[in-house]
Amino acid sequence: MPVSDTPVLSARGISKQFGGVEVLSDVDLDLSAGEIHALLGENGAGKSTFAKILSGVHRPTRGTLALNGNPVEVPNPIAAQNLGITLIHQEPISFPDMSVTENLVLGRHDGALLGRVPWAQMERNANELMDMLRVSIDVTKPMRGLSIADQQMVEIARALASDSRLIIMDEPTAPLTPKEVETLFSIARRLRDQGRTIIFISHRLEEVQALCDRATIFRDGHLVETANVADLSDEDIIRLMIGRPLKEMMHRSGAKIGDVALEVRELSLPGKFHDISFTVRHGEIVGLAGLVGAGRTDVARAVFGVAPAASGSIAVKGKTVEIADPSDAIELGLAFVPEDRAVAGIFGTLPVDQNITAAVPGKIAPHGFIRSAIERALAEKSVKDLRIRLAALRQPIGELSGGNQQKSILARWLHTDPDILILDEPTRGIDIGVKAEFYDMIGTLAANGRGVLLISSELPELLYLCDRILVMSEGELTADIAGDEATQESVMRAAVPTKGKHGTGGSPPEHNEVAL
Amino acid sequence: MSDTSIPKSAVQDAAPVRPRWKTILLRPEAMTFVLLILATLGASLLSPFFADIAYILESFTYYSEYAIVGLVLTLVIISGEIDLSGAAMMALSACLFGITYQAGYPISVAILVSLISGVAMGWFNAILVIRFKLPSIIVTIGTLTLFRGIAQVIAGDRSISKFPSWFVGIDYQYVLNLPIPVIVFCVVALALGVILGGTVLGRQIYQIGTSAIAAQHAGIRVNRIKTGLFIGMGVASSVAGLLTASRLASVRYDLASGAELQMVLIVMLGGTYIFGGRGSIIGTFLAAWLLVIIATGMTVANIPINAQLTVLGLLLIISIIATNIIYSRTQR
Repeated sequence: MPVSDTPVLSARGISKQFGGVEVLSDVDLDLSAGEIHALLGENGAGKSTFAKILSGVHRPTRGTLALNGNPVEVPNPIAAQNLGITLIHQEPISFPDMSVTENLVLGRHDGALLGRVPWAQMERNANELMDMLRVSIDVTKPMRGLSIADQQMVEIARALASDSRLIIMDEPTAPLTPKEVETLFSIARRLRDQGRTIIFISHRLEEVQALCDRATIFRDGHLVETANVADLSDEDIIRLMIGRPLKEMMHRSGAKIGDVALEVRELSLPGKFHDISFTVRHGEIVGLAGLVGAGRTDVARAVFGVAPAASGSIAVKGKTVEIADPSDAIELGLAFVPEDRAVAGIFGTLPVDQNITAAVPGKIAPHGFIRSAIERALAEKSVKDLRIRLAALRQPIGELSGGNQQKSILARWLHTDPDILILDEPTRGIDIGVKAEFYDMIGTLAANGRGVLLISSELPELLYLCDRILVMSEGELTADIAGDEATQESVMRAAVPTKGKHGTGGSPPEHNEVAL
Repeated sequence: MSDTSIPKSAVQDAAPVRPRWKTILLRPEAMTFVLLILATLGASLLSPFFADIAYILESFTYYSEYAIVGLVLTLVIISGEIDLSGAAMMALSACLFGITYQAGYPISVAILVSLISGVAMGWFNAILVIRFKLPSIIVTIGTLTLFRGIAQVIAGDRSISKFPSWFVGIDYQYVLNLPIPVIVFCVVALALGVILGGTVLGRQIYQIGTSAIAAQHAGIRVNRIKTGLFIGMGVASSVAGLLTASRLASVRYDLASGAELQMVLIVMLGGTYIFGGRGSIIGTFLAAWLLVIIATGMTVANIPINAQLTVLGLLLIISIIATNIIYSRTQR
């Protein structure tokens, strides 16, 4: 392990708050010269925030950074670059119509504003950098024509051009092919051997084992462990990533589960998800877990007809149906509380009552004309039943708090008396207290014989509520676990792409227990 | 970090509600109404001849055609789209009417051809906007040029006239002491006002304009309704084209030339929000009268025609600013 004594970078007590919420607290971390250091954690554990603080994208609320023992401020990305810290984005941010050379020297002109640009010199330098990386990229070509991998190489070349000592790669391998991943790894190793430090952020434990010297694991904004990768098994890492329990919740005892309400067969949408099959029964709460970008929301949108799948079929109560538009889905007794409440849920400037009754025009206008007395009565009932806190029904819904907006959207669907509810992150951005109310409501919905498909990034929530948990990873269904057998470990193992998909080693094939 | 379930630290209580009277006064139609009264008083002071109801009604017939299209345009704008091709659709449908009649067909057939062409043109706009997901402002700038171009190709530079005498001069036909174009305008306003204010369709038009994505998720057939509105624009334009043909006793390709701006002006003056989701038929109704009174007021006050355009332009800008201020205030 090439770990020297003086840390290249040391972070002390780094904390970050967004809008009063602490997303990173008291992180102490030392990075040595010549190491590749993995940052690991669930979605939102704080690893990306930490990387962004190092690279000047965010400023810490508290805490100090020191480079080679000297305290430094990193107010913005340019300052970071000047200090020798470069963040390489997953999808490189570049100017697609400018040449590779031009992109390499962006933000680094040191001549006069109207001075002559030394093109020949710059091009020579660019070629030298490419030689150093041992990649063959024509530096006079525009960025647009380059593959994502080559664009990343240009970003890395940029880091070298400014002689960065600390290079942060945020999920660099996600868009790459196995061969490109290999090239990236060999370059990363070479950079390490030159004494540079690399921070490697990835969800793929496989790659961490193959590439990294040390790993730091984040959970809920805290640094929970820094250790040599050689001393960590995949199991250890997963346990550390999720290892709460935040608060121990008993698994809800299942309601009586009835016939199949919704059946999805071999649903595929190229680029989003592939060959998805599952069922939801009456009275059953089925969880859909997975990392962000695993395709969970896309499946929900396909089932509800917002963005229909390209192939596969959907059956409602045993009958194969065609769902081309949400109105079709609603007629079949489906309801969908979307993830993005502000855009796809509420009509922000319209009154609360009009928001609540939006999906039941037939009820408020029995003969074509809206009867405001009926509308008000429906809305008042919802306000009472769901304890929506508001000042008046004619108030614009945008003035309510997030939790009360979400309750109003749920109320909208309850008026349609749905058989199947798809809830996409229903408790995101909602106070803890109101969350508990939602858990009760979701439980009651199932107890009343409705089928619920619950998408959530919060494992305790899924483990508490669900009779069965489906797990998606990179667009595929990787597990179907009974609620009382599900653990955070088993769900996370299926959610984190560790399979040798990129041929970077031979992890044992595991747990493809898709059962139907 | 976007996926962190951030617990909002404090429970935010609902904000206090604005009293009802204030909500009503803050509606932009209230501004239109006040302007209408001010303009009427001002014009009466400028010229004693102004306060003659027959004169105002007669003046209104010149604007009624644009005002009728403006009523449908109000719905289109509330739904979050815009249609600038109204005037060109008037011209092309009227030219088709004239040519069909000239070709020897009975006038009823010619009227039918004009109405069908209105449906077809509106549908064409709808296809481009909805199927191809193009911005309606660009689509209808394109089709306004296209439709008028086709009118010029088929009708050439000549006027088509020699319509039967019963067809000509609808602006001098009175029912209940009101010229027929004024009646048509009032009937259309009443019908659309009831639809917009009282029916599910009207409610859904507001919801689509507020958030088309949320509307789609709530099961509202967004594309179908928008298509209907564009076709409605085509039909209203062809009706307006027929009224114009009758009033002028002739049609030419340059009929209602440049009138798309007046249509937009009427809708904006009526307090409809250019970004959709808000507005009313009563506002457009009042604005049509306001425009007539300002225009005729300027004429009786001997303000030269070439200065009147400047005044209308200023009016359009002021009305857009005022509406935006009012809405951003109620938005908080």
